[in-house]
Amino acid sequence: MQPDRRLLPPAATIAALGGLTVVCVLLFLTLNARGSWSFVLSFRGTKLAAMALVGVAVATSTVLFQTITNNRILTPSIMGFDVLYRLIQTVLVFQLGSAAVAALDPRLRFGIEVTAMVAFSWLLYRWLFSGSLRGLHLLMLVGIVFGVLFRSLASFLQRIIDPNEFLAVQDRLFASFNRVDAPLLALSAVIILAVCAVVWRQARMLDVLALGREAAINLGVDHRRAVMLVLVLVSLLVSVSTALVGPVTFFGLLVANLAHLLADSHRHRVVLPVAALLAVLTLVGGQLVLERLLGYAGALSIVIEFLGGIFFLVILVRRAGR
Amino acid sequence: MIEVRNTTKSYRGSIVVDDVSISLPAGGVISLIGPNGAGKSTLLSIISRLLPASAGTVTVDGMDVATTPGDVLARRLSILRQDNQMTARLTVRDLVAFGRYPYGKGRLTAEDEIHIRRVIGYLELDAHAGRFLDELSGGQRQRAFIAMVLCQDTDYVLLDEPLNNLDVKHAVAMMKLFRRTADEFGKTVILVLHDINFASCYSDRIVAMRDGRIVYEGPPETIITPEVIHDVYGVRADIHEIDGKRMALYFR
Repeated sequence: MQPDRRLLPPAATIAALGGLTVVCVLLFLTLNARGSWSFVLSFRGTKLAAMALVGVAVATSTVLFQTITNNRILTPSIMGFDVLYRLIQTVLVFQLGSAAVAALDPRLRFGIEVTAMVAFSWLLYRWLFSGSLRGLHLLMLVGIVFGVLFRSLASFLQRIIDPNEFLAVQDRLFASFNRVDAPLLALSAVIILAVCAVVWRQARMLDVLALGREAAINLGVDHRRAVMLVLVLVSLLVSVSTALVGPVTFFGLLVANLAHLLADSHRHRVVLPVAALLAVLTLVGGQLVLERLLGYAGALSIVIEFLGGIFFLVILVRRAGR
Repeated sequence: MIEVRNTTKSYRGSIVVDDVSISLPAGGVISLIGPNGAGKSTLLSIISRLLPASAGTVTVDGMDVATTPGDVLARRLSILRQDNQMTARLTVRDLVAFGRYPYGKGRLTAEDEIHIRRVIGYLELDAHAGRFLDELSGGQRQRAFIAMVLCQDTDYVLLDEPLNNLDVKHAVAMMKLFRRTADEFGKTVILVLHDINFASCYSDRIVAMRDGRIVYEGPPETIITPEVIHDVYGVRADIHEIDGKRMALYFR
């Protein structure tokens, strides 16, 4: 029998990425550090932990979403999570005023945000998902429509809000790793790691789901239940990471596709670690560039999409040439 | 035995499968024939639980397909549909190995490896086992999918137009393989076929459908006749017996 024709064995890809990530992490922790090490390390360490968690959550949720939709150009943001977050922030500031919102117990706010986002998606799934592929497409379509509705509502409220309050809202709508709350970080870590543990256990079933609905049913997977489970896991991941740092799904598409290209495997136990490592690498590397090279001039998403986009194109072009 | 009782499938008023009842005993090769839109593929999908029926029940060895757990059925019955597009990047061997999923839930034992290797050999895919599906020709890919279904090693194998994309040589080899699967391993192979002469030469039984109903069923001798072919397809055919097989000539 002919051997598999793969570029690198999966273990080597994971090891290489892991090495790069470690280098990046060390650089991030130590570069240009002045003053007390204990302060620098704990300050940067919190930020680093937030980035690692969010990276894992975004990578995992995007890969899972693409697996169940059998589509490599979709991300969970299509279901309107980011805009729902915008709406929640705007409504909070509109109703309570920015001072009251800032004074709100972060745990309470985190709880409200996560509950609202998970409840919204859960209701949507229960209502619309019948089990067929058409059901899944309908679900996404309704998700888009809700997204537009939320966006309009949010921008309407932002129009009639006091201009100073508007600035306060705007500030909350950019993903930022600079204002992460340590207790919330621990709570998010527990949720995200628990979800990842479930995903890892179900990894082989996910491999089958990626074959498409009919093949999955033929192989004995309860497709409707499996897709429902994955949708709930995805909404948990996205909600928690969004509530922690703000809307961050922008680079999920990039990371998931890069992971599929690099891993060159259908197995989720290969693709998921590669995607997670890539995401952490992207976030930490992007933040490194932003802080140390650009002196905070810009937004993380700009750095990531510029560098990541170029990298993605290079890989695509090289592959097309093979 | 597969038993279909009063099964109907309708989409908003238009009836695709119309109150079909039939029992298919275990063993042998059974071909479903009929014109486009007769409901053959839909019936096959209902039997294999890919589609829920609007009314009626289907049982496989006494198990109702609508209520039996999917993984129990996956060890009894396998199905391959017509168009198999997938986004996952798989080698032929990866795909065939999925056929063992109902048994080990993804963990491959030595016995599984033997199955995989044997099926790849049956379908003459040894030379392509390490290649990715998107690098294969349509016919090679079709054979890889059939290999996956055979690797599932179920008592009942349902295939929707398995000869699609295959050249004459591979089509004949495929039909011989189905014959052998039925004769040597005691499987029941149920095929949707468009080529009535393949159905005539290789089937034990032929089931003819038209307008969502089963209009004829029986051994090839009773189905491949000018009257039945005309009634089912609406074309005139001359029937010639060659080496004991009935061939329909409908090209004029």
